Formats: sequence, C-alpha cells, structure tokens
Amino acid sequence: MATHPGAVLTPAIVARGLTRRFGRVTAVDGIDLEIPRARIYGFLGPNGSGKSTTIRMLCGLLHPSAGTVQVLGHEMPRDAERLRPRLGYMTQKFSLWDDLTVAENLDFMARVFDLDRHRRRSRFEAVTDEYHLAPLLQQRAGTLSGGQRQRLALAAATLHEPELLMLDEPTSAVDPQSRRDFWESLFALVARGVTILVSTHYMDEAERCHELAILADGRIVAQGAPKRLMGTIPARVVEIEAEDTVQARAVLLEDDAVLSVAQLGTRLHVLLRPDTPRPAERCADRLHDAGVAARSTVVGASLEDVFVAATGFKLTSHVAAAD
Amino acid sequence: MLQRLFAIMNKEVRQLARDRLTFGMIVGIPLLQMLLFGYAINFDVRDIRGAVVDEARTSHSRALVADLQASGVVRFAAPSASVSELRRRLDAGEVSVGVVIPRDFERRRLGADRAVVQILVDGSEPMIDSVARGLVQMPLPARDGEYRSRVPVFEVLTEYNPERRTAVQVVPALIGVILNMTMVIFTSVAIVRERERGNLELLITTPIRSWELMAGKLAPYVVIGLIQTTLVLVVGAYAFDVPINGSLLDLYLAAALFIAATLTLGLVISTLVKSQMQAFQLSFMTLLPSILLSGFVFPFDGMPKPAQWIAQVLPLTHFVEMIRGVLLRGAPLTEMGMPAAKLALFLAVTLAIATLRFHKRLD
Ligand SMILES: Nc1ncnc2c1ncn2[C@@H]1O[C@H](COP(=O)(O)OP(=O)(O)OP(=O)(O)O)[C@@H](O)[C@H]1O
Ligand SMILES: [Mg+2]
Repeated sequence: MATHPGAVLTPAIVARGLTRRFGRVTAVDGIDLEIPRARIYGFLGPNGSGKSTTIRMLCGLLHPSAGTVQVLGHEMPRDAERLRPRLGYMTQKFSLWDDLTVAENLDFMARVFDLDRHRRRSRFEAVTDEYHLAPLLQQRAGTLSGGQRQRLALAAATLHEPELLMLDEPTSAVDPQSRRDFWESLFALVARGVTILVSTHYMDEAERCHELAILADGRIVAQGAPKRLMGTIPARVVEIEAEDTVQARAVLLEDDAVLSVAQLGTRLHVLLRPDTPRPAERCADRLHDAGVAARSTVVGASLEDVFVAATGFKLTSHVAAAD
Repeated sequence: MLQRLFAIMNKEVRQLARDRLTFGMIVGIPLLQMLLFGYAINFDVRDIRGAVVDEARTSHSRALVADLQASGVVRFAAPSASVSELRRRLDAGEVSVGVVIPRDFERRRLGADRAVVQILVDGSEPMIDSVARGLVQMPLPARDGEYRSRVPVFEVLTEYNPERRTAVQVVPALIGVILNMTMVIFTSVAIVRERERGNLELLITTPIRSWELMAGKLAPYVVIGLIQTTLVLVVGAYAFDVPINGSLLDLYLAAALFIAATLTLGLVISTLVKSQMQAFQLSFMTLLPSILLSGFVFPFDGMPKPAQWIAQVLPLTHFVEMIRGVLLRGAPLTEMGMPAAKLALFLAVTLAIATLRFHKRLD
C-alpha cells in the first residue's frame, strides 16, 4: 500500500448529503458518511433501502443527484478514473464472464488492471492459493457453485491489491460455512491495511463489522460500532416467553409504550419506549391482566433489536400518534 | 495501453469461439442468403414460350429468328402458318410471345418508316410484357442491308452482364446486405449482452478506457466481416460465375470501410437500447430500409426523391455502388471517391455519436 503516513488519518470515504433520485423515487436521501481506513464498514438494510445505489455512487458508477463524495481523497464522480486502480468492486450480481474459465477470468482482470507480467503471475498464484481456486482453474465460471463464484469474484476484486474494496452483498446465496471462511479472508485483508465497505442483510455479518450504518428508505437511521449501537439503543428490550405467542403479541401491541414486537423462535422481543419505568413488570402485568401465561425479563439489545428499533420507528410512532 | 485493448479482443474472440449460435450465424447467414438470392429468387426471364409467323422467308428473317432464339429469352415452338393462328395460340396460353415477320420485311427494313417486326405479347404477365418490350429495342438490321448476327439483342441494357443474370447483379450487393445484417446485430447484441448480464458494471470500475473497450470489442468483427466477404466471393465465383473484375485490394478496402461503418452503427444502437431483444429489433429496423432503398433490389434512379434522400443516409447504398463498380466494372477505388467519402462521413458521424453516448457510467 503506497499511502503516505498522513493519509492514514484521513477517512477512506467521506460523503455529505449524498442523494440519488430515479424519477420520482428517492433511492438515497441525504446520506452522510465517514468511513475510516483499514476497517470493515457495513451497510445493513432491507431490500430497496439504497445500499447498492449508495455503493454505486461511491465508486463513480452513478452520478449523485445531490451531495459530495470523496473516496481515497478523490472527488467523485469527477476523478473516478484516478480511483479505479485503487478500488476493487464486487457487484451484487456475479458479473465475471460465465463462458470464460476461472483462469481466463482472472487473467483478463489482471490485464485490464494493467499488471505487468511478473505481477500478473505472482498475484494469480497468490489469489488462487488464498481463495482455494486451484482445482477450479479450468472450469467455466458459469458452472461454479454459489460459494465458488463468490470466491472467484473476491479473487478478481483483490487481484490488483486495491486499498479499498466495495462488496455489495457478497454472501447472499452462500452457505454459513462459506460465509465464515469469506469473513476470515476479509479480516485478513483488513489486517493488511485494506478498507472494506460491505453491504448485507445478515445480522451476524453486520455484527462483525467495525462500524455499521443501518439504512432504511434511503436514509441512515443508525450509525456506529455494533456494540455501541446495541448499548445505546433508544428503547428498552424485554424478552417474553409465552405459551401463546400470537395472543401475547396482540396484547402487547395495544400498549402505547410498546414500539414493536418481534418473534425470535418461541420468544418475543418487545421494544418499549426508553422512558418506560420497569418495563419487564409492565409487560408481565399487561399479559397477566389479559390472562396470558408468560415470563418477562429485561435483556440486552441484539443487533436485530437495533435494526427493528431503527427501521420500525416511523411506523410505530405513526400508530402511537393516531391513538 | 495496448495490453488492455488486446485483453478485450482476446476475451471477445474466446467468447465468440464458444458461442455456437453466433459462430453458426457467421457462416450460416451468408450461405443461406446466397442460396435464397442466388437460386430461389430469380429475376431472370428465360425460355419464354414463343412462336413465329415468318411471311417473308428471307435469309435475313431466318437470321433474326435464330438470333432471338440464341438470346435464350424466347424459346420458339413450331412456327405458325398465319397471324390468326398465332393469335389463337396466344389466346389459348400455348405461347406467351408471338413474332410476326411481315411479307414486306426486306422493304420495311431498308425504309425504316414502319415497324419492321411485330411482336404480340401476353400482357397479363408483367414480367413477360417488360421482357418483350425489351425485345423491341433490338437494333434494327442496318440500313446497308447487312444483318450481323453478332449484334447482341439487349445491347443497351446488359453492358456488364451480357447474359443478364440476376446472380451477377445480386451477389456483389449481397456482400453488403450480409455484412450490414450480421455486423450491426453482432456488435449491438455483444455490447448489450454484457450490460444485461452485469459484466459492464464490473468492467467500468476497472481502469479500461471507453475507446479500448469499444475498439477491443469491434476489432474481431472486422476480421469476421472480411471472412464473410471472402466466403460470399468464393461461393459467388464458383457457384454463380460472378466475375471479379477489379482489384482484390480495392475490394477489401471498400469492404473494410463498410464494415467499420456498420460496426459503429451497431455501437450507436447498443447505446440506445436496454435489452438484447431491443437491439435485435432496432438492428432489423435499420436493415429493412437498407435492403429496399440501397439499390440492391430496386434500381436507385427509379425511386422517388424522398426515398433517394433516405438512401443517402444508409451506408449500404454507398457500398452497393462501390462494390458493383469494383467487382463488375473493374473500376479502381480512386474512381469511387464520392460513395467512399459518403461512407467515411457516415462512419465519422456514428463514431462521434457512439463516443458521446458511451459513458463509463450506469446512468
Ligand atoms: N436504475 C434504477 N432506476 C430506477 N429505480 C432504481 C434504480 N436502481 C435502484 N432503484 C430503486 O432505488 C431503490 C434502492 O435500490 P437499491 O438497489 O439501492 O437497494 P438495495 O438496498 O441494494 O436493495 P437489495 O438488498 O434488494 O439489493 C429501490 O426502490 C429501487 O427500486
Ligand atoms: Mg442491492
């Protein structure tokens, strides 16, 4: 990594008021970002929340409708071409060539990134080794399994040793074991100083990120380290164990202190307003009055709770106001 | 840097070689078109059934009949004894053309104040009617009384195609039609396919330059176009006896210029459409007027003015003019300055449009 010492202090990505409209749809709505170097930064958000659109703007594929972006010190999209050699991008959809073999795909990407012959050979060997592609080299990319494809895509994105990697939902269609392996390799890259921006809708993946932005409807609704987000969730979390979870849920939703009720297996996670005193007792009383047998305990927030609290607020506050 | 350009070309060639459908089309389309236009569609009129009433019975009148017969256009059945019998045979559809050589043939021939020979035609068939009208233009036996049998019947009409065979007119222009069809479709589809499959989203985040991407994708098709040209020429020469009168270098230069023009047209189309299907449709929409208006099917001069203007914008028009000149008349390319310049202008304009419209962006 040929960055001068001072550069380490400046963030890898800075965005201000980043907005993108498609006709009448506002896909990304005034996002502010500051992504530090040599960290894994996650975008967590449901379908259509604007993760891909944001990433595309950050790497210069789409012009923002408003706002400014600097990536590795380059003004985007103006200086997009100067960023190219320093950026590795993995699209949400597999976008290498199905009718080329694994080896041909890698060789092609290495040439397109202007690697000289020596570096082509050494990097080819390095990524083949690192992502266990050796037995697949002569296979057409179109015949690879989901996990194999994803390894190939990451290998192709890291061939030219970029300082910044943008990975758009890299682990959808990949089994849990492959996902774990994949994250191991991401941490290995970060240890070498690479900055990684990754989008996901898996909680467990989001929890592994150093920092996280939760997106909903094109806005960032929560931002920070996962631990801190769980610690400072603007709600109290009560876990309910009940026989009849359906009825328990119905009862709890009638309380205006309750922001949301989510089912996790046989238990319910209830988010209540942060100013609610003694939330476990309050839930227990309500359920008892309604004749529902249940046990309530206050618990620490999971990332899922953070997510629900962050993305579900609008709806519940609307319901509360209507009361 | 050339490495990136060659990388794109290399990839394109590999993909082409693995794409059986496209590969089949490269050879299949020319062969199919050759068969269609060379054999099935026949503008030639030959062996029309005819009958003669020779009331003069001189050596000149017999020579005239022999000449008509030799032209191959009319095949005479047994002669008729009288004009009324000839009429009856025409009415019965037994013959389509009747030639009446009057008793005073020799006098009329020298005087030339009245028609020398009368031709009766079955007017219900347009083709035969027009051919018979062609017969009328046959040169009169000369005033000095010498009827030279070497004089060709259709002298004016058939200068570079003495036997007036369709293949000779069609095959050279067919090179243009085939190139126009395959080049535009292949390039527009090849680029749109990458966009559809998402390859382009990845490609444009690499340091590749737009021109490298475009040139690298188009270059293999120039070679393919030249191969198709060769294929049509060889089949044309062996199967249809189409002459190659001009220089091969001129011919390939003209073909290369035309190929470049059609490739950039395909490029422009690829920037206008969203899917491979649309690319196909738009390519065909440009193909149809090209076939109809370029002079390939209908003579250019006979078209109404607006159609001629439209034809000026179509690259095929200028290529047909060039290729017929080079291949049949043996004209050097230097005499083809005008169509070549128009083709070059078309190339420059489409290239400019494509470059302006092709961005390394998704929006
Ligand atoms: N090219 C486009 N034209 C019109 N609308 C678009 C376009 N791209 C995205 N959108 C819209 O913008 C919104 C955000 O889309 P985006 O792809 O960024 O979401 P995402 O968070 O990546 O979702 P997913 O998890 O499904 O990939 C969606 O409503 C989508 O329909
Ligand atoms: Mg997405």
